[in-house]
Amino acid sequence: MKTLDRNGRHPVRLTLNGMPEEGFAEPRMLLTDFLRHEIGATGTHVACEHGVCGACTVRIDSKAVRACLTLAVQADGAVIETIEGLSEADGSFGPLQRAFHENFALQCGFCTPGFLMSLSDYLERNPDPTVEEIKIALSGNICRCTGYHEIINASLDAARALRERRQQD
Amino acid sequence: MPDFAIPEDVRPEDGHVGRRVPRIEDRSLLRGEGGFVDDVPVKKGTLHAAFVRSPHAHAEITAIDASAALAMPGVFAVVTGADMATETDPMIVGFENPIDYYGLAVDKVRYVGEPVVAVAATDRYRAEDAADLIKVTYSVLPAVVDPVAACAPDAPKLHPRSDSNCVSKRHFVHGEPDTAFAEAECTTELTIRYPRNSITPMETYAAVVEANSETGGFDVLSNFQGPFSVHTVMALALRLRTAALRHRSPKNSGGSFGSKLVIFPYIVVLCVLARKARRPVKWIEDRLEHLSASSVAPNRVTRVEAAYTKDGTVTGLRLTHWDDHGAYLRAPMPAPIYRMHGVSTNGYFIRHLEVTNHIVMTNKCPTGAVRGFGGPQLYFAVERMMQRVAVLTGQDPLDVIRKNLISAEQFPYKAVAGSLLDSGDYRRTVEEAVGQGDLAALKTRRDAARAEGRLYGIGYAACVEPSQSNMGYISTVKTGLERERAGPKDGAVASVTVAVDALGSVNVIGDSVPQGQGHQTALAQIVADRLGLTPDDVVVSLDTDTAKDGWSIAAGNYSCRFAPASASAAHQAATRVREKMARIAAANLNVPVAEVDFTDGKIHAANNPDNAIPFYRIGGLAHWSPSSLPDDVEPGIRETAMWNAPELTPTNAKDEINTSLAYGFGFDFCGVEVDPATGVVTVDSYVSAHDCGTILNPGLAEGQIRGSWASAYGATFLEEFCYEDDGTFRSGTFAEYLVPTAAELPEIRLVHPTPHPSPYTRLGAKGIAEGNQYTTPVCVANAVADALGIEDIQLPLKPAKVLEWIATEEPPPSAAVVPDGEAGEPGRPTIDGSGEMQVPAPPEQVWAMLLDPERMARIVPGCERLEAAGESGFTGTVVLGAGPVRGRFEARIDLTDLEAPRRARLVGAADGPLGSSRGEGAFELVEQDGGTLVRYRYSVELSGKVAAVGGRMVRGAARHLIDRFLRGLIREAGGEDGPAPSGGLSGRIRRLVGGKA
Repeated sequence: MKTLDRNGRHPVRLTLNGMPEEGFAEPRMLLTDFLRHEIGATGTHVACEHGVCGACTVRIDSKAVRACLTLAVQADGAVIETIEGLSEADGSFGPLQRAFHENFALQCGFCTPGFLMSLSDYLERNPDPTVEEIKIALSGNICRCTGYHEIINASLDAARALRERRQQD
Repeated sequence: MPDFAIPEDVRPEDGHVGRRVPRIEDRSLLRGEGGFVDDVPVKKGTLHAAFVRSPHAHAEITAIDASAALAMPGVFAVVTGADMATETDPMIVGFENPIDYYGLAVDKVRYVGEPVVAVAATDRYRAEDAADLIKVTYSVLPAVVDPVAACAPDAPKLHPRSDSNCVSKRHFVHGEPDTAFAEAECTTELTIRYPRNSITPMETYAAVVEANSETGGFDVLSNFQGPFSVHTVMALALRLRTAALRHRSPKNSGGSFGSKLVIFPYIVVLCVLARKARRPVKWIEDRLEHLSASSVAPNRVTRVEAAYTKDGTVTGLRLTHWDDHGAYLRAPMPAPIYRMHGVSTNGYFIRHLEVTNHIVMTNKCPTGAVRGFGGPQLYFAVERMMQRVAVLTGQDPLDVIRKNLISAEQFPYKAVAGSLLDSGDYRRTVEEAVGQGDLAALKTRRDAARAEGRLYGIGYAACVEPSQSNMGYISTVKTGLERERAGPKDGAVASVTVAVDALGSVNVIGDSVPQGQGHQTALAQIVADRLGLTPDDVVVSLDTDTAKDGWSIAAGNYSCRFAPASASAAHQAATRVREKMARIAAANLNVPVAEVDFTDGKIHAANNPDNAIPFYRIGGLAHWSPSSLPDDVEPGIRETAMWNAPELTPTNAKDEINTSLAYGFGFDFCGVEVDPATGVVTVDSYVSAHDCGTILNPGLAEGQIRGSWASAYGATFLEEFCYEDDGTFRSGTFAEYLVPTAAELPEIRLVHPTPHPSPYTRLGAKGIAEGNQYTTPVCVANAVADALGIEDIQLPLKPAKVLEWIATEEPPPSAAVVPDGEAGEPGRPTIDGSGEMQVPAPPEQVWAMLLDPERMARIVPGCERLEAAGESGFTGTVVLGAGPVRGRFEARIDLTDLEAPRRARLVGAADGPLGSSRGEGAFELVEQDGGTLVRYRYSVELSGKVAAVGGRMVRGAARHLIDRFLRGLIREAGGEDGPAPSGGLSGRIRRLVGGKA
């Protein structure tokens, strides 16, 4: 395993939502801090910093990961997807965003990036989930505003929209 | 598939208000472009703050040594309680009290997690390193955590200027309660204990503070939520003109639910820190800090007594409250209990009331605002009592509720404690809920379940839902004489500004400081309707700036203020703009002002739509051509409404107070089943109805109800801030303080009853966000009481607790089952263990190793320093971690009862920023197979941060450490990283980490 100088700042190069990004991180810097404060991608939020609430969920190499439990240097060379990459190429809402918007599935919006990224991951693996499956899939994400009902409805709508899109492709 | 419960387009005739207009806020939030405090760029050179916090519930601070921290590169300043006491004044509360509160502990700490020292360094990582290097020495004092026990004469006292922990006691008599009780056919009493909880927003406290040399004050950016009356408290504490304390709120705040009111003491501390550091300072609170030391709702003990007739008509009520506010009072505390004072009789026709309020200090986190603000505690008592009266009179609880409710023809109804209930038809709402929610079917389910011998119950709860607080109600904590001296306090001013620019574009700014409720959308709807536009034509900015915006002391987002107050202010400001534009247009259209109308972006003659002028042209005239305006019309178009309701009068001489402006009504019923084998309570069906008058946007309103249901479900089943009797805090992570997720939250069935708009608000709207905080906890409790036939229901309904309430005939197990290494009370942060291990060296050699600090230093995990102390003791520094926390401990271990080289006892203590531990243990060395068999046992108790992150995690970490220590001992004795100690633990750890432990 590579060992890094604990006081040094090390280059971290990664692909963020399709674009190459580069910055420097001390070995102990969290990926959340790197994304937010080194690169300036503040869409990913930090709410518990102990891996329970799911707000910081991003996708690293296509897997949903807690960015607050990941060190920036671990993400060197990785392909990272965050909420900032969910829109269509023209900037309009993508299917997940649209479904959340239409269903009033967010209020303060602080947990929302984590929900969207968890769903982005989950709906690829299970394109046609039941309500119960969605509830389980989202059990690692805490929302304190909505009561989840609208989020579940939005998830079903998003799954449907994504399936239809796949059929068209 | 949308399945909205509130009908689409509640008021379609009026344009956009009442429609499910999609949220404007989503456009940025769903793209990751929100503007929360931590998203806002800061100046280069901005420092980051961290706090050293108390590991003790009650202790004297004997010394603070920050020299090592200040010597660290990148550390700029340290502020202690002594600095605060010199440079600031105590933060005031709404009544004379014996508490000097400075935001940092002065002389004493009074709860686990209390900030003791603030430190500023170049980044958050270094600030936390520096905090760990600050050495605080304590002398521990006895603590008190129960509010009734805290009032006992011999209880440990928190504040030296008071001889009692009860810092305020007020007694209220409304009507003739003594007569009512003396003449009552029946009386009964019940004592309830409502737990401590909060709603823990996803975004924690966040602030950026910078000294401003022009004003001599500070520029602050924070997610403070209001009320802005507290701005005054901060400025006074900092000895500033209020105008020199400029506060800005960013456009987004990640939830609050009341919590972000009491960020203000931190702002005061950060101002002092920024001044000392001569740099801007930023602070983002972490989750442990938030859970242990930010804001909680007061837990409360209430003795409720009722006088009633044999047919269940309640004629009198006595409420004796012990409201537990933790270690300090922070403005506007103790407001929750007074916010509800006017509706102490809920929605019932009860004309005789006696209330006694004890405001009590204990060694727990101080309180703040939490959604529901005094309502959950009050209604738990009142609605539990209504259920008791039903049981005692042999009636259906629903009939007792119906019988006692205020009648429709009594509105507006002045409750005996002073609330002026504006509108409603409570019985009708109940009937609509019962009908649409199909209570009959639920009763059939219950009867079927009971016929099978299952434990099934139905619960009911009604609530009056106050909205828009009277800023004068807190004065009810004072006596009439004190109020007279202080001068009148009343009203609740809301401010909204509507401006039309030179191209007719509309800007709205407001003082509602939203945290996700969709205020931008709702205000755009209201203003668009007044001006004949669409919400997309209106730009609403709700970030605030005290230096530039219209605001008053009531500004902020709390107590369901928006729907009555901000909506009214927006309506008023937009109406003034409309009137002004109508006058300009009238001259151009050649019609009287009264005949001007606004439709589809045009201003036109009401009876001739073709006689029209575009909206933007009138806007343009006001800016580009003042000379063309009618004589008495000022140029430009910008109207600020400072809206207030005359019904919000001050507390009168009889202590009657109209605590809020508008009062909605909620009624819930539910069916629950209790599993007699596990104590698990399952919600089988839950129906909820809320009459909140005019609904501004059904999508937003429904979101508030469902959100309130979720947090109320948490309060009912999961959420509690737990303290040991000695004040040790145990709920420091989301793994201990459990909140509902999608997986466990049951569905709620919403009934939309006939709305009864408020006559006192411009649009008839009342608050909707807090209803289920009031009803759900007690509705479920009443159902459990019905299922089990018991009286004393305490939340949260954890299965172990419920199981104790169920009388079972099952015999106890023949012998206690203690799994290997799992002795000790589950969840309690005590670590017990024992084991044995073979060391490849004779006992004499092992004995010598154990007493040799140099060799021990090599063996003890994380040991930085170890020295002999006295004849048979050690002192040292070790760095240890458990789960998400890691820190440096100063440890001292003494060996006693030495019997060389056979056995000894150990007594030890370790203290550090993460907490304290006290422990004892023993070991025995037995010669065996040319080596030594080491037998050991230990028992360690924890407090502070380590305890707060949870026993389970700490136990695992501790065993891991002991395992490492013993293996180190084997290595030191010359063994080859020898065999694992007996007992399954090290094997388990090795399996977990996939190799050598």
